This record gives sequence, C-alpha cells and structure tokens, in this order.
Amino acid sequence: MSHQLPALVVAAPLIAALLIFMAGWVRRGLCFPLAGAALVVSLLSALGMLSQVLTQGPLHYRLGGWEAPWGIAYDVDAINALVLSVVAAVALVNLVAARVSLEAEPPHRVGALYALYVLSVTGMLGMVVTGDVFNLYVLLEITSLSGYALVSMGDDRAPLAALNYVFLGTIGASFYLLGVGFLYTVTGSLNMADIARLLPALYGSKAVLAAFVMIMVGLWFKAAFFPLHSWLPGAYSFAPPAVAGLLAPLMTKVMIYVMIRLMLSVFTPAYSFALATLNQAVVWLAVLAIVAGALLSLAARDFRRMLTYIIVGEVGYMVGGAWLGTRLGLTGSLLHLVNDAAMTLCVFLAAAAFTYRYKGESLHSLRGLFRRMPWTMGALVIGGLSIVGVPPTCGFFSKWYLLSAGIQAGQWGYVAALLFSSLVNLVLFFRVFEIAYFEPFHDHHHGEPAPSAAAVRNEAPALIVLPLLFTAVGLIALGLYSGELASGVIALGLPTGLR
Amino acid sequence: METLTSLRPLLAVLVSLAVVPLLVWCRRHPNLREACTFLAAAAKLALVASLLPDVLAGREVLCPVVSVLPGVPIAFRVDALGLVFALVASSLWIVTSAYSIGYMRGLDEHAQTRYYCFFALALSATIGVAFAANLLTLYLFYEMLSLATYPLVTHHQDREARSSGRKYLLYIVGSSIGLLLPAVLITYYLAGTTDFAAAGILAGKAPYWLMLVLMLMYLFGLAKAGVMPMHSWLPAAMVAPTPVSALLHAVAVVKVGVFCILRVMTGVFGVGLLRDMDLGVVLGYIASVTVLGASLVALSQDELKRRLAFSTISQLSYIILGLALLVPLGLLGGVLHIVMHALGKITLFFCAGAIFVATGKKYISQMPGLGRRMPVTLTAFLVGSLSVIGLPPAGGFLSKWYLLLGTLDAHRLVFMVVLLVSSLLNAAYFLPIVYRGFFAPPPEGEAGQGLAEAPGWCLVPLVLTAAGSLALFFYSEPFLGLARLAVARLTGG
Amino acid sequence: MDRFLELLTSNYNYWVYITLMMIGLWGMIAKRNLVKKIIGMSIFQTAIILFYISIGAKEGGTIPIIMEPGGHGSAAQAVVRAADYINPLPHVLMLTAIVVAVATLGVALSLAIKIYQRYGTLEEKDILKQINKP
Repeated sequence: MSHQLPALVVAAPLIAALLIFMAGWVRRGLCFPLAGAALVVSLLSALGMLSQVLTQGPLHYRLGGWEAPWGIAYDVDAINALVLSVVAAVALVNLVAARVSLEAEPPHRVGALYALYVLSVTGMLGMVVTGDVFNLYVLLEITSLSGYALVSMGDDRAPLAALNYVFLGTIGASFYLLGVGFLYTVTGSLNMADIARLLPALYGSKAVLAAFVMIMVGLWFKAAFFPLHSWLPGAYSFAPPAVAGLLAPLMTKVMIYVMIRLMLSVFTPAYSFALATLNQAVVWLAVLAIVAGALLSLAARDFRRMLTYIIVGEVGYMVGGAWLGTRLGLTGSLLHLVNDAAMTLCVFLAAAAFTYRYKGESLHSLRGLFRRMPWTMGALVIGGLSIVGVPPTCGFFSKWYLLSAGIQAGQWGYVAALLFSSLVNLVLFFRVFEIAYFEPFHDHHHGEPAPSAAAVRNEAPALIVLPLLFTAVGLIALGLYSGELASGVIALGLPTGLR
Repeated sequence: METLTSLRPLLAVLVSLAVVPLLVWCRRHPNLREACTFLAAAAKLALVASLLPDVLAGREVLCPVVSVLPGVPIAFRVDALGLVFALVASSLWIVTSAYSIGYMRGLDEHAQTRYYCFFALALSATIGVAFAANLLTLYLFYEMLSLATYPLVTHHQDREARSSGRKYLLYIVGSSIGLLLPAVLITYYLAGTTDFAAAGILAGKAPYWLMLVLMLMYLFGLAKAGVMPMHSWLPAAMVAPTPVSALLHAVAVVKVGVFCILRVMTGVFGVGLLRDMDLGVVLGYIASVTVLGASLVALSQDELKRRLAFSTISQLSYIILGLALLVPLGLLGGVLHIVMHALGKITLFFCAGAIFVATGKKYISQMPGLGRRMPVTLTAFLVGSLSVIGLPPAGGFLSKWYLLLGTLDAHRLVFMVVLLVSSLLNAAYFLPIVYRGFFAPPPEGEAGQGLAEAPGWCLVPLVLTAAGSLALFFYSEPFLGLARLAVARLTGG
Repeated sequence: MDRFLELLTSNYNYWVYITLMMIGLWGMIAKRNLVKKIIGMSIFQTAIILFYISIGAKEGGTIPIIMEPGGHGSAAQAVVRAADYINPLPHVLMLTAIVVAVATLGVALSLAIKIYQRYGTLEEKDILKQINKP
C-alpha cells in the first residue's frame, strides 16, 4: 500500500470530488464527511511520504505502470512531500472552519461548493507531486477552473472579479503551455527528469531561453507576482470567506513551489542561475513587488483587501529569495512558503470569523472586537505578529533566512525592501489592533465599563474558532521547529551544486 | 571559565509566563489572583537568587532550550552581568506587585486581570533578556517585552493612550525591526555566530566604517535605552498607570535597553575592540549629549511623571557613558548604576503615584506644602532624589563615584565635567520639589488639613525601596561583588 | 530584405500563430466589452493549439496509423520510418488543451451571464460605474 501513496494523495480527493457532487443531489449531509475524509487521506499519505522520503530518499511512481518518459511520472522528494503536507493540512483546517458558512449557502450550491473545493485541492496536490510538465498544465487548469467557479460564488462584485481572474489566469496558463511547447520542440520530451537530462546540450539554444522565460512569466501570472498581480486582490476579497481561506494561503504558494521546482529540476541551477543579469532583474522586480504590496496595502480600507495586498508583497519575498540563486535564499524561500501558507490561513480564518458574525469587512467594523471576539482577536494578533516577523512566530525565522541570504548575496535593495515591508506590516496590523482595542472610545476608565452593544461578548462558533486557534498555535510551533525544517527537510531536497 | 548546565534559568523565565493562565482563571477573585502574582514573583526571585552562589563562585550557568536556526539556538547563559540585572528586576517585581494592588484598587481601574497578566509577561521577557546567551535570544525577548508592555502603556484605552501607544510602538518596534534586526543579521554574517563572548566576536571581522555603522545601529536600534533622538517615546509612555511607569519605565523596559547595549558592546564588539578602534569616544559623546540635553528638558517639565521620565533618559546615558570610558572603574560604575538608579527611580515613581492616589495631583506647581499632608511620601521622595543626584547617604553616590573615578582613569575630563554638570542639574530639578513640599505654604483652601497619606499597599513599598536605597550605600553586596566579577571578566582583568 | 523574406517564409506557421496570439491578447486587453474579451481569450488559446499542431507536422508525412501488418514479430520485414508519419503526441496533448479551453470558455460565458443578470450590461465601464456608485 505504502508505495501507492503518491497516487493516493491525488486520487483520494479526485474521486471524492465526483462522489461529493453526486451526494449533493442525494444527501447533502454526506458532502462534508466525504470531503473531510478525502483530505484526511491526502494529509496522511503526504505525511507518510514525508517520513518515507526522509528515511529512504526520493520516491518515483509511474502512473499506470508506464515507464517514463512515455508515461506520467510522480516524483516525490523531501521538499514536495513537505509542500504536499502543508497543502493538505491547510485545506483540511480551512474545510473544518468553512463548514458553518458553507452549509449556510443556498442548498443547491452546497454540493457544488464542496466538490469544487476538493477538486481545487486535487489540482494543487497534483501540481506539487507531478513529474511531467504537461500533466502539470492540466492540473493547473483543474485548480484554476474550480478556483474561478469558487470565487464567483462570493458577493455581488465577485463575478466580475472572477472573470478578470479567468482572463489573466488563462494568459498565464497559455504562456506556460507555450513554453512547454518550445521545450518539447527541442527535447521531444515532457518528463521533467528526462528534459533535465537532455537540456544541457541545448543550453545555448534561443528556444530554450524562450521556453524558460515564457514558463516563468506564465507562472508569475498565476503566482500574482507584481506587476502581474491585478487579479488577486479582487478575487480574494470578494470570494466567499471559506474560499478565500483555501485559495489565499495555497494558490500563490503552490505556484511558487512549481516555479522553484522547474528552476531546480528541469532547467537546473546551472541554467537558471547562470544569467546574472536576468537574476538581478528578477530580484529587483521582487523588490518592486514587496514595496508595491506594502504601499497598496496601506491604502486599503477594508480588512480582507488589506490582507490580499500583503500576499502580493509576500510573493515578492519568495520569488526574490528564490532568484537570489543561493542555497540560503532557496531555503528561506521554501521555508517562507510553508510559513506563509500557515500565517495567511490564520489571518484569513480570522477574517472569516469576523464576516460570519458581523458581515461588514471595512476596517471600522472591527471596533471593539477585542471585547466582542477575544479568541479570534488573540489568534489574529499571533497571525499578524507572524506576518510582521516577530519571534518566536514562524514568520520571523523565514525572514531571518531571507534577510541573511540577501546580505550574503549583497542584494541590499532586497534586504531594505524586506525590512520596509515588515515595518509597513507592523503599521497595518497595529492599525487594526488599535481600532479593535481602543474604539469605541469611552473616556471613563475606572471600574468596569457599562455593557454597551459594542462590548457584548459575541464569539464566532467553536467550529470556526478552534481551527483558528489551532493554526495560531501552529505558527509558534512552526517557528520553534524551523531549524529542523530547514536543515532536516528542505536541505535534503535542494540540489548539491548550489552556492 | 567553569560552566554548569541547569534548567533554573529557563524556569526563572517561565514561571511568570506560566502564571498567566492562572491569573485569567482567577479573574473573578481578585485576592486569589493577587496571591498568584505574589507567589510567582517569590518563585522567580528564589530561582534567580539560587543562581547567585554559583555565579559568585565564578561559574556560568548554561541552559540550551531549542535549536531554531542552525548554529543559532535559543539558549540562556547566566553570568554576573545578567544576574545583577535579573536580581534587581525580580526583587522589584514583588514590591511593585504590592504597590499595584494599592494603586489599581485605590483608583478602581478597569481590566485589572489583563494588567496583571501582561505585567507577568513583561517580567518573563525581562529575565529572558538578562539571561540571553546570544543575539537571537536577546532579540526574541526584547521584542516580547515591547509587545507585552503595549497593553500596559495603553491601559486606559482612551485617545491619549492610543497616540502614546502609537509613538511607543513606532519608536521601539520600528527601531528594532529597522535597525536592530539588520544589525544582528550583519553581525551573524560577519562573525558566523551570535553567541556573546567576553572578548567579543567581531574582532578583525570588519573595517572601521562598518564597525562604526554597526555600533550606531545597535545604539539607536535598542531604542528602549532612550538615547537621544530615540527618547521621545518615554515621556509619551507616561500615560500608563504609575506602577507600570515605575517598574517598566524606570526599571524593566529602559534598563533592558541599557542592559542590551552593555551586553552587545561588551559581548559582541568587546571592550578591547572598541578601545583599539577608538569607538568609545563616539559612544561617550552621544551619551553626553543625552545626559545634558535630557536634564535640561527635565527642568522645564511641570508634570511630575514627565520630569521623572526625562530624568530617566538622562540617567540611562550615565550607564552608557560609563561603558564608553572602556576602563574597569567606568564599567563598574555603569553596572552599579543599573542597580542604584533602579531603586532610586522606582521610589520616585511610587511617590508620584502615591501623591496622585491620595490627592489627585499630577503637576509640580500644585504640590507646595504637600509635605505636611504626606510626610512619609515626601521623605521617601527626598531619599530617591538624593540617590538619583548621587549624594550620600544614598546608593546612587557609589555608582556616581565610580563613574567619576572612571573618567579620571580614562583621562576623559570632558566626561567628568558632563557628569558633574548633570548632577547639578539633577539637584536643580529635584530638590525644589522637596523644599517647597516641606517649607512652602500650601495653596489656598488646603491649609490646616490633616495627614492624607496613600493607602498602606502604596505606602509600604515606597518606604521599602527608599530604605533599600539607603541600605545600599552602607552595604552594597551582592551587587558590588557581582559587578566586580562582571567587569573583571569583560575587561579581561 | 532577402533574409527578412526568408525568415518570413521559412517559418510562416510561427508567424500565423504569433499574429493570432497578438490579436487575442489585444482583444482581451483593449476591448471594454466582456464578450469581446472572451472572444479574444478564445483566439489566444486557439493560437497556441495551432502552434502545437504545427510542430507535429512533417513535410510529406501522413496520419500516424501504421498500416503494415504484423507487430513486434514482423518488425524485420516492415521497417516503420518515423519520418513518414506526423508526430501524434502534440495532437493528443491538444485534445486535452481543447477540453480545457472549452471549459474555460464555458466558465467565462456563465460568469458573463451572471454579470449581465446583475448589472444589465456587459460594458466594463458601465459595470464599474455601478459598483463604485454607492
């Protein structure tokens, strides 16, 4: 059984998606257990693979028994086993928290929502595990299509945001497909390991360069790398909170993992990091992304919208870290990928909790929340501090790696941008905390204040708060284990030739 | 150097962290809750004191906790310097807890449970800083302290608290992310380690200009030390309830800042390196500007707590000045000044709070004739003032004496003049308060009123700290012994 | 000039799909009507499908159905020459891509319908005006 895990991790949610869709017509009560069971299976198999990889080295799996490069291969190394576990875990936690709000949707939508949710996760898991560049495209589109549909189920403005997402997403995917076509014309192969074997003889070819650039640009569209980010704020702030809690932590992160994977194991560091000017240019683009994300988030007047611009900045962190082209930078980038998934989940779950109770999401609707929803706010404080990068939360440690990598590589612009963004995040989150803590003002502060409407305890349901608290505690646990993650897991998956 | 491994440093840090859930649990029973606070404070002091024999015997106590980054663990190491600070902080926590009860109940403040919780957190962070074995651990607890004190500073939750809190965070956390963190990382990059060592870790690792830049980044990045121009959070933070101002802004927060500067300058740069590169002078002049500037500003403040705040800013830089001399006597004076100033200044703050609780007065101009109504408080105020000015028979005399000897030893007469002028200024802004309190006639309508001292919970602590200030003049062990040990180790003597 | 002409003629299939791609991209970016944008998107995707098909083509090649009898056993008698057949793999890949394109088109159109039901128009400008009004 254990050697089938690479297939199981994707197959379980894929089959479940079909069953859920049918169950949606017959018995809606079955949807949640089915989805939960599928994600539990995925999570367990991802963790199982992680422990296998750590003890026995990388796994190679051939779908249907077809030998590579003809069949589709699934390759699992330490890094993608880690990313798989994170994807499955985040999806599962968010699913639990989403239940209350999903079941409150109009009945005819419930089945479809669950099915699309699980289908989207299927695509993400597949993208991480697959060893075939065309299979990756298909899985990318599976995730994206279900993502478009999920986003469109949000509020009134959601369909337009979703359509915008469709356009830019399609451009991105098409660029990727075009790049794969170029690779295919020169190598005649679609298998990652096979291409990596054939490419070194062709490194001088213009077609390979074109393929490299097109694939990267395509992935940047999907990862919302500034200035290709314009779909993200709308899509994630108007989507249903339950959906935003799935897509916001995972979608961009998975795309960045795919980018790093292709850079490392298809084009290999010898090619990806050989063009110093290109590397420099991308790092400076990342600097731009970080700064722009910070400034745009300062201008946002709505809590969830502010968070979406923070994601734009975080994408800059990771892309920049990866393109530093050093072992330290890649480690930081991958570690931040894991941490950022967790902390984005934390803040989006908190946003979902507010929305569930108080509908509005403008910053001013957060008044008095420390009194009204103390647990949610407590978790938000931890999540916010993690995004700011305060130890011992996990955000600090990955930032430590990224900053050290920037210093080591002499990229002072990148270092300065990271620090600037941390300061802006501090301002952003404390602006939220201030509103929630001080307002509404009462000048009399002696004795317990008279109970007013804004001061009544009105916490979100336990099914939302418990996953949220779990995530918040997880942020600190991840922080304390980041040394283990970096040197015990990520280091195993990185190629040896790196600087 | 002999070392031993023990869990006690970790327990000393954790004990006040562990009491927080208990405090929340007991929130409906104030007496039980305060009993928990006292229990934790006593346990903390006992744990810290239990390290004393080992350290006095010349041993260092190690306590590795968890390895979060390769080569950079979270770890504690107790040496003489750290123990001096930890002893001061943990013993004053007990006194302040008692005072808090009097103050908070006397004024019927809201959200008292929150107040005690964050107080306990802040103490954990303070001890963590004192025992930190490397820059990462130091940074971790430094930030924890900044954030734990934010709800204390903004306790009143009104508009004034919000704007002060904003300033507090912007200065303290802003500088630590913007300057301290990159400085730590550059240090790590240059030295390959962040562990403090008695002789420093940067020797020969960087050119002069980089050392200078790094030193300034640390000096201003550790904004809790209040070196000008990073000082203006401190007067703003005086909106906090007085016990908070007392412990955090005369003892814990600001002293953490100065302690960190001492730690970094000696443990990262090393006294030898600073002397070789002649960086001490730069440090000394920056500190001198703060010493004199803050004293001058203090003269013009009418709100008692603000005057105390500026006095604190000035006194903190004495410690940095002592360090900047880079001679054993100067360092000894600096380390001792941590202790002496803590006791003196906490007394002054307690008095300010007691006056506010008893009479509601905040401004110095309202205080003539107060000595007739609150003789005990004002006498304690006199003792505290003497200690801060540096006159016998108060402990502050000792540290200032060593500082002056240090300036002679280092042949820096400029700094000697600075210290003497500043002492005159201290006298000029403190003594009139006492004089007018005892000898000026009270304002119209208050004449002939009887004694009106603050409640016992307020009064006893301030008498205790004043007595402590006096006692330290006559018998300053174990602090003097520890300080001598620390200095001997840091200067390689 | 001659070299330019040669470049133009020797790879004319590339030029066709590049032109199509640009038309599609222009439609998606410049047009303000949502359905026109969707049409642009379809053209864009189709261009890439054409590109794949064209890289599989070979001069004089035929459809890749091997007519010679026998299998592995009779390989010696009838040598299959790869140059005689066009490459089938790009076609297979494009079957999948077409499915994806159709699905995308379906999602996009249904979103457009939803938007029309809500705002009564498909002009982006008018929709944004309605959104920003309150």
